[in-house]
Amino acid sequence: MDFDLSEEQRLLKDSVDGLLNDSYDFEQRKKYGAEKTGWSKTVWDKLAEQGLLGLPFAEADGGFGAGAVETMIVMQAFGRALVLEPYLPTVVIAGGFLRHAGSAAQKAAHIPGIIDGSKTFAFAQLEKNSRYDLNDVSTTAKKKGDGWVIDGEKFVVLNGEAADTLVVTARTKGGQTDRDGIGVFLVPRNAKGVTVKGYPTQDGMRAADITFTGVEVGTDAALGDPANGLPLIERVVDEARTALCAEAVGAMDESLKITVEYIKTRKQFGVPIGSFQSLQHRAADMFVFTEQARSMALLATMASDFDDAKERAASVAAAKVQVGKSLKFVGQQSIQLHGGIGMTMEASIGHYFKRLSIIESTFGDTDYHLRRASEAGGII
Amino acid sequence: MDLSLTPEEQAFREEVRAFFRDNVPAGIKKKLSENRHTTKEDMVEWTRILHKKGWAVPHWPKEYGGTDWTAVQQYIFNEELQATPAPPPLPFGVNMVGPVIYTFANEAQKKHYLPRIANLTDWWCQGFSEPGSGSDLASLKTKAERKGDKYIVNGQKTWTTLAQHADWIFCLVRTDPAAKKQQGISFLLIDMKSKGITVRPIVTIDGGREVNEVFFDDVEVPAENLVGEENKGWDYAKFLLGNERTNIARVGMSKERLRRLRELASSTQAGGRPIIEDPKFREKLAAVEVELKALELTQMRVVANEGKNGKGKPDPASSVLKIKGSEIQQTLTELMLEVAGPFASPYDIHGDDNTNETMDWIAQIAPTYFNYRKVSIYGGSNEIQRNIISKAVLGL
Ligand SMILES: Cc1cc2nc3c(=O)[nH]c(=O)nc-3n(C[C@H](O)[C@H](O)[C@H](O)COP(=O)(O)OP(=O)(O)OC[C@H]3O[C@@H](n4cnc5c(N)ncnc54)[C@H](O)[C@@H]3O)c2cc1C
Ligand SMILES: Cc1cc2nc3c(=O)[nH]c(=O)nc-3n(C[C@H](O)[C@H](O)[C@H](O)COP(=O)(O)OP(=O)(O)OC[C@H]3O[C@@H](n4cnc5c(N)ncnc54)[C@H](O)[C@@H]3O)c2cc1C
Repeated sequence: MDFDLSEEQRLLKDSVDGLLNDSYDFEQRKKYGAEKTGWSKTVWDKLAEQGLLGLPFAEADGGFGAGAVETMIVMQAFGRALVLEPYLPTVVIAGGFLRHAGSAAQKAAHIPGIIDGSKTFAFAQLEKNSRYDLNDVSTTAKKKGDGWVIDGEKFVVLNGEAADTLVVTARTKGGQTDRDGIGVFLVPRNAKGVTVKGYPTQDGMRAADITFTGVEVGTDAALGDPANGLPLIERVVDEARTALCAEAVGAMDESLKITVEYIKTRKQFGVPIGSFQSLQHRAADMFVFTEQARSMALLATMASDFDDAKERAASVAAAKVQVGKSLKFVGQQSIQLHGGIGMTMEASIGHYFKRLSIIESTFGDTDYHLRRASEAGGII
Repeated sequence: MDLSLTPEEQAFREEVRAFFRDNVPAGIKKKLSENRHTTKEDMVEWTRILHKKGWAVPHWPKEYGGTDWTAVQQYIFNEELQATPAPPPLPFGVNMVGPVIYTFANEAQKKHYLPRIANLTDWWCQGFSEPGSGSDLASLKTKAERKGDKYIVNGQKTWTTLAQHADWIFCLVRTDPAAKKQQGISFLLIDMKSKGITVRPIVTIDGGREVNEVFFDDVEVPAENLVGEENKGWDYAKFLLGNERTNIARVGMSKERLRRLRELASSTQAGGRPIIEDPKFREKLAAVEVELKALELTQMRVVANEGKNGKGKPDPASSVLKIKGSEIQQTLTELMLEVAGPFASPYDIHGDDNTNETMDWIAQIAPTYFNYRKVSIYGGSNEIQRNIISKAVLGL
């Protein structure tokens, strides 16, 4: 058993932390968020320069062949700084689809643009009635000649406006919730028939509702087996959940740090409020919750290498449950311990709380994953 | 022992309920049920409707426009108002400074201010908290120096709710810097149009603008705006803070939220069925209902006691109402957030006075969840309430 980072992983951590220390304080983040895309191209280019956008890709594809631990390191650091850039949809999700299912031609067409920072992606999956069920897909992809025609509506697509390419889940056959007949398609965001309505999100990012009306794409648009893409989708979404767990742990670490710092310095009744035992115990509980989440985020990270899809899924579900419980406590109590200041847009702590809250309901909330874990027959 | 309302009380409830049903303007009601902010105009319109009926300040003494309702009737009135939902009267005038004025102010002040509060001619805000004085309110520093027939006020208040609308602010100010903490404080009424007052908005985490900083820079205040005696302001403040106990639990409001939650959970699908049919969700609903029922009964016990013991004596039981009332309100916002699920994320760019075509009801859910963290912070934080219980009730 070994929970330590390797020498290389430590270097990676130092380099991400260094980059964010230099270019991602709270004031800088505000500026990035105010850009039209909701994130900074300058920062994105820096991530590319440091090789972070190429981490998980095979060396043969121009990447570094790094694994889930490296992604965890990056996402934790991003969580600490509340990074807005579309790493999750581009590198983790689109990258995941390409790595696991892309043909040689698809890899060659798309991976270099991700690695050098010139292209970003978005994952168009959520539908009006699908909620958290990945098999619930009404958007259709119908065969036409050599290619496909896509029709449907997708919601809350992170980075949907700015992305060059959309990864779209669509039904090639069967009924709305059939496990069979779901495909994954690469669709240029500016393709004819794609309408994008963008908006800011509660956690300071940008997302979009996207309508596909008779959107025609070629055969090469299909990633993997268009008749049986669900296992692929489940795998990639589990990787995204795992990355979100890591991000949440980073955000909890920072929330706790900021809060402890605050209660040490804020004085009421002539003493630092951190001298009141009720607040000390609350902070101690925040620590307990954060550590439990960290352990489970590690489990999810390790699970991505499990061959048994069921075991992998159950572990990720369990991690999302613990992280969901932890982030709620840590997020809420960070605000409570700050008092009025915690309620303001000007203080950074509220932004951690908001990001954490939205992570909870991304790709399945705590109850959803509790059910998954229980249906898997438990995880012990 | 009898938990039920008397036939007279029941009839009163029907009367009040019917009045709210027929008289709350539809637009205002819709805003409230969607957790949007009401405007100043909404508040004025509604207060005038209540005023015309003679119900704007029912808990005040009759001579100042109040009623002779019993404590139970007052309670019923508030519950029905919240459950409708109708806007609660602006608390700063009606529940805070009003009672201080009719209890401690002189005749001229009563005559001048009270009618203007009752029909919302004057919008009041509360200037107690300061950057360095939140839970430890008595450490406040804003000072008022007596110069002839004036006070000169310097300092800063903060978290001042809706000061942007206010005509008047009631402030705790330090008039005797030499006296110990609680002793040198006075209760001063200040015209917001006075020279030297600056109001600066504080944006809250939900993007709303409900609180402000208020700066005082050599503000001249006529000495006649002092309430009661100089340096006795802390007593009046304690009276004010202890006076709120029947409203603080917000049982009626939580009932209304619960109803709304059920509605949303019935119209939102998860896993191919409405969320309301999910046994796990139903259990969570039932769990809040149990808490809310318990709170309602606890509150009625407090109300019944008040009927016996007379008004005005702070009851440590009000801390129970504050703690549980705020926790239940927060739990309800959490459950709403759960129902909204992934659709809670879009920010309502259309703002309060517009509607978002696609997901009208959903846009305010996350902001309300964020915003309601305040209810365990203000009005004496829940930690402070627990301190009160452990000291005043348990003798620790
Ligand atoms: C089943 C059982 C088996 C045990 N076996 C052994 C044994 O084999 N050998 C042995 O030596 N002892 C044993 N103990 C004793 C055990 O270690 C003590 O019970 C324990 O240290 C608590 O001390 P106490 O019971 O005197 O409670 P107290 O110390 O009086 O504590 C009472 C309460 O006050 C709280 N409290 C105390 N100080 C603080 C503080 N500073 N801040 C906040 N809260 C505080 C405690 O958490 C507790 O809730 C056993 C106890 C139990 C119940
Ligand atoms: C939305 C909102 C509206 C408000 N409106 C008004 C208004 O209109 N007028 C007005 O005057 N004020 C208003 N307030 C201010 C409110 O009363 C204060 O925020 C509150 O008193 C807490 O003070 P603080 O924010 O300075 O927090 P602090 O007092 O600094 O408290 C920070 C944390 O420390 C805890 N703490 C403090 N002391 C103790 C202790 N002894 N033991 C244990 N824990 C402790 C608190 O519970 C809290 O968790 C408003 C606040 C908010 C958030």
